[in-house]
Amino acid sequence: MRLTRRYSFSASHRLHSDALSEAENDATYGKCNNPYGHGHNYVLEVTVRGAVDALTGRVADLPSLDNFVTQEIVSRYDHRNLNEQVPELAGLVPTTEVVSAVIHARLDAGWPKDWPALDRVRIWETRNNIFEVTKDRS
Amino acid sequence: MKITRRIEFSSSHVCALAGRSEAENRALYGAAANPHGHGHNYVLEVTIAGQPDPVTGMIVDLKEVKEILNQEVVQPFDHRHLNHEVPPFDRIVPTTENIALEIWRRLAPHFSGAKGRLDLVKLYETEDLYVEYAGEPA
Repeated sequence: MRLTRRYSFSASHRLHSDALSEAENDATYGKCNNPYGHGHNYVLEVTVRGAVDALTGRVADLPSLDNFVTQEIVSRYDHRNLNEQVPELAGLVPTTEVVSAVIHARLDAGWPKDWPALDRVRIWETRNNIFEVTKDRS
Repeated sequence: MKITRRIEFSSSHVCALAGRSEAENRALYGAAANPHGHGHNYVLEVTIAGQPDPVTGMIVDLKEVKEILNQEVVQPFDHRHLNHEVPPFDRIVPTTENIALEIWRRLAPHFSGAKGRLDLVKLYETEDLYVEYAGEPA
């Protein structure tokens, strides 16, 4: 069975690559290249996959999952500037592709061994733009 | 091809193991362990897989699906206290996972062969928590 928990964080970012000229950045990122940045209400979905425990009736220990995701991601990303204030994004262009991959990698690295598998990370940048990462098809 | 039908039901429940203290159950289930119970507007998506009939152009008669979902889920579950009124939740904890498993057990016999195959049960407890069950060994 798969269980999905939904979290949210609000953050600002600017899409700009030092490897590109000003004109190329403008052509590539459009209004997302605005030097002052802009922000989103990101929605983060974390999906776990495993068997339902016969005693508790749960796939995952939800209070522990919530604590883990809040500590690793939400509390560190919420109301932050992704370009400047999240160490694992330093030097990267914080497109939501990159943010999704970095969040997946961070959750995967700290994921307790005795937990059900981390199946998927999905991020809604807006209600119209959705990005997902799994280990097998990153 | 797959077709998905969505229904809602509103039920109350308590997530707690018999014989455990309230503190132990709160550690396991969080606020859901409140012994007085609480409720949700559950949203259920049922997906049926099959080939459209060459004559009718339908995988399955949606009027029949609606009737089956009504009979097996909405009538027994809606505006009920699951622990007190809906077996087997007098014996097992009505977590979202266990409710999805029970719904699968109730629906699977109705969808085999000519009527299309039950492909997925997706149950939202809230917008922030859902489970997906596809009939794999629980």
